[in-house]
Amino acid sequence: MEIPLSWYLILAAILFAVGVYGALARRNAIAILMSIELMLNAVNINLVAFARYVTPRELTGQIFAIFIMMLAAAEAAVGLGLVLTVYRNLRHIQVDEINLLRS
Amino acid sequence: MPTLTTPIPANPAADWLPVAVFLVTAVLFAAVLLWIPRLIAPRHPTPDKARPYECGERVSGEFWQQIHIGYYLFALVFIIFDVEVVFLWPYVRVLGGRLIPQGLGLFVFFDLLLFVGILVVALVYAWRKGVLRWE
Amino acid sequence: MSAHQLAFLVLGVLILVSALMVVTVRNLVHAALFLILCFAGVAGLYVLLQAEFLAVAQVLIYIGAITVLILFGIMLTRKITGGAQPPLASHWKAAGAGAGAFLLLLLYVAMTGQWQVSDQPPMDSTTTLGLALVTRYVLPFELASVVLLAALVGAVLLARDETR
Repeated sequence: MEIPLSWYLILAAILFAVGVYGALARRNAIAILMSIELMLNAVNINLVAFARYVTPRELTGQIFAIFIMMLAAAEAAVGLGLVLTVYRNLRHIQVDEINLLRS
Repeated sequence: MPTLTTPIPANPAADWLPVAVFLVTAVLFAAVLLWIPRLIAPRHPTPDKARPYECGERVSGEFWQQIHIGYYLFALVFIIFDVEVVFLWPYVRVLGGRLIPQGLGLFVFFDLLLFVGILVVALVYAWRKGVLRWE
Repeated sequence: MSAHQLAFLVLGVLILVSALMVVTVRNLVHAALFLILCFAGVAGLYVLLQAEFLAVAQVLIYIGAITVLILFGIMLTRKITGGAQPPLASHWKAAGAGAGAFLLLLLYVAMTGQWQVSDQPPMDSTTTLGLALVTRYVLPFELASVVLLAALVGAVLLARDETR
């Protein structure tokens, strides 16, 4: 085993933190969706690395990863549908200016 | 529920070096082809030359036009069935490799049928809603 | 340094740089293109981890489908690429501090955690996944198609303008 498991974990941790930063700091709703995809990818790297290093006979983590990919596709479809609905009503998608529920 | 058997070990000798060479070659090829004209082509930019090219006509309107919502709906149907294909592929590998545990063949077959059947419902829904029709 | 480690470092730098560009560039179309680069790097990592099937699924689902959907979403909500609007919210410093603190916690766990690394050879990715999907994970497999059905119905309902 040439690459230590911790390398993958560190890379995934940094990628996840970048995604967290994007999801918190970006104003555009689609940019926030993209940051969420970054976070899901970081989680998938962790799962596949654990599947390879800890349970190489069963690859449980890879099964989790494939279901996460499926959910990411569903999430992107529904999330962008929501963004389009907001855009249709407000003509913008800057999340810090969306306050319809504030009475 | 039968226990999960693990039949085939991964091929440790799987050689990805050609893929890496291919990727590097592709990037270098594109980069060099973009770089050569900068070296040898004469450049005398004028405002007229710098404008976007629209078949010789004067450019009218904004560059960023809003696209039709139909593109998004098509992409939506595409993404669902893209994911379906990804799920079906390992399935087919198992069926073709005769790796199904003894006595589970029919179960697995109806399993697959149910999976595809539910997604056919999705397709029928999209069809009835007119997603597949270009307005 | 072995070829594997070199490939990991190249892919890691590619992933992290493009991810940083995704969360910082002003033009959203450019952000989506950097997202494609980041996903391609992750697919390369899966190859390194001998998860070939997941590498292909990454290209098919993330690059081929999700990014296309995101690009269509960007082009449907126009006048948001570039422009005078600042891309970051006013609280971006607090967001950076929070993400940084979270990163420190994750790095602490990643460096100090003790995992029992198995020295057995890994299984073939595609057939193992296929067998697992027809035996132990039958119910999640069927539920996946239900989730996809629900996502399609919901997204079509949201995206279509019923009033027009």
